Amino acid sequence: MPETTYIEAITQAMHEEMSRDERVFLIGEDVGVYGGAFKTSAGLIEKFGPERVVDTPISEIAIIGAASGAALMGMRPIAEMQFIDFITCGYDMLVNFAAMNSYLFGRACPIVVRGPAGGGTHGGPYHSLNPEAMFMNRPGLKIVAPGTAYDAKGLLKAAIRDDNPVLYIEHKYLYRRIKEDLPSDDYIVPIGKANVRRRGKDLTILTWGAMIYVAGDAADELAKDGVSAEVIDLRSILPFDEEAILESVAKTNRVIILHEAPLTGGAGAEFAARIAEKAFDYLDAPIKRIAALDVPTPYSPPLEAAALPDKARVVKAAREILAY
Amino acid sequence: MTDLSNEQLLEIDYYLRLTRALEERLVALFRQAKVIGGLYRSLGQEGESVAAAYALDYKQGDVVQPLIRNIGAILVAGARPVDIIKQYMAKGDGPTRGRELNIHFGHPAKDGFIGQISMLGDMIPVMAGIALAGRMQKRKLVTLAFIGDGGSSTGAFWEGMNFASVQKLPMVVIVEDNGYAYSTPTSKQSAAKTLADKAYAFGCAGVTIDGNDVLLVHDTVKQAVERARNGEGVTLIEVKTFRMKGHAEHDNQAYVPKELIAEWEAKDAVVRFEKMLVERAVATQDQIAAIQQRVKKEIDDATDEADRAPMPNPADAGKGLFIEDGYWGSR
Repeated sequence: MPETTYIEAITQAMHEEMSRDERVFLIGEDVGVYGGAFKTSAGLIEKFGPERVVDTPISEIAIIGAASGAALMGMRPIAEMQFIDFITCGYDMLVNFAAMNSYLFGRACPIVVRGPAGGGTHGGPYHSLNPEAMFMNRPGLKIVAPGTAYDAKGLLKAAIRDDNPVLYIEHKYLYRRIKEDLPSDDYIVPIGKANVRRRGKDLTILTWGAMIYVAGDAADELAKDGVSAEVIDLRSILPFDEEAILESVAKTNRVIILHEAPLTGGAGAEFAARIAEKAFDYLDAPIKRIAALDVPTPYSPPLEAAALPDKARVVKAAREILAY
Repeated sequence: MTDLSNEQLLEIDYYLRLTRALEERLVALFRQAKVIGGLYRSLGQEGESVAAAYALDYKQGDVVQPLIRNIGAILVAGARPVDIIKQYMAKGDGPTRGRELNIHFGHPAKDGFIGQISMLGDMIPVMAGIALAGRMQKRKLVTLAFIGDGGSSTGAFWEGMNFASVQKLPMVVIVEDNGYAYSTPTSKQSAAKTLADKAYAFGCAGVTIDGNDVLLVHDTVKQAVERARNGEGVTLIEVKTFRMKGHAEHDNQAYVPKELIAEWEAKDAVVRFEKMLVERAVATQDQIAAIQQRVKKEIDDATDEADRAPMPNPADAGKGLFIEDGYWGSR
């Protein structure tokens, strides 16, 4: 297949799943006639009609609530948040209703809630959120965050076919900045499996989303000094691939956890704790976390760049733990 | 005027009495400390709960969503008293296997009802979604959601009603004005003249009726259900009724004027309905007494069964978070 961008991969996944399974439908703000604020759903209403591409009033709680109700009836809705930041307006519905269906009632609630996340696009404090940590302590959701076009397509298909609510965090910085040849067959990327993007032996950089590229750049930089860094793209935040994490740490004995959300209470804290509990004896240096400053993501480019993690901070941290 | 047959009228009386007897039994179990959590009475609200739910066609796939005080509605939809008692007693083989309490259970596609969650208003968008799915699946099902005077203040209620109305979904929403949300009177909940006035904002149909008139509630809901089934959209029905007990058993409702309770006691829906049955020669006093006997026997049997049921196995506490772990089987 010709080179496909990250955003086209998402569109293709929805298109193919809606063609494959008539229970799949899309619901959200401006997703139909307009094709989505980012044109993620371009062409869907023309193919599938307004019955299956549902434009809604501005109401995240109605979007997630109606999707959940429909899912209990056997449908497989994709609920779009125009920006993932607005998921906070539907947080209650997602964590108190959707996420509890299986544990409390034995009901399958197969919804996907997806939307553009992340910074680097000067979106300001209300259009740059990385929401994973605020859902990690509310059991019942799966959380995925693809960083490549291949994974964007394969994970969305897996999420749509999953019998549980899945939060699918797509990074809007990547929408049109990356592209790759995708297989023409109907593949999925299993939820819960990490991908080792780069093999290395001296230290591990554990990351996901757009930060996989920052990690890759840092690894290139370190390679100039003869340091071989392993880069693990977690892809799934919950459930996460503990085996892959521990295996890598056991090999490299040093680990940096890199994420774009703020440091304190971020997902990295959980992974650090897990490594400390289960791989303490393998560690030759303290676990390092590189994350955003503990502030809302600021708008102005110099401020935003200073708030978000970058290659220099990763390289500096790597040198510190290598010298430990 | 109602098109209910005498047989149906007697069946309604059976559900009214079943509700009241079940709750009286739950009070006894609560005092024996066998009800683990709170107990929320629907005394005074049985009439509208039963009458409204009786207007649905469960064979057609209709779904009712009760609030805590609409125990009668799920009995009409087919919930078994033994399951409700097990829920209150936190038993391991009840519908939620001890994970949730009271009437928080049910599957819309399998049981014809789905219990509320505690965040009031959240079920309105969910019921809209159930109605939306029914339409997508080319089924003629209607959803009936209950919300209270307090719940109708929430954003979720407004957003769900707005969405359902825009989509013209086959949905009927009953707003119960039962005087109080916990200790807060309706006058502190809304400045609207009636709660049905909220329908204007949504552009759906709205009406206010006497919630303690069983036949009026049934007929009004039935009409709204038919409108919904014919594609004419949402109806909001405000029923005026009264919560005759406190918010829960621990609450002595000292904040409610005594004369107000006396006023509503005289309007008791069950007594009124049975008086009407006798006056219209639908039933004799003996027949009504026989219904009460039948109900008592059923509640006795249900209580015995629930009492014997096991508590949950602590080893199961971590199971069933995701469907594929198989804990719930093929449910």
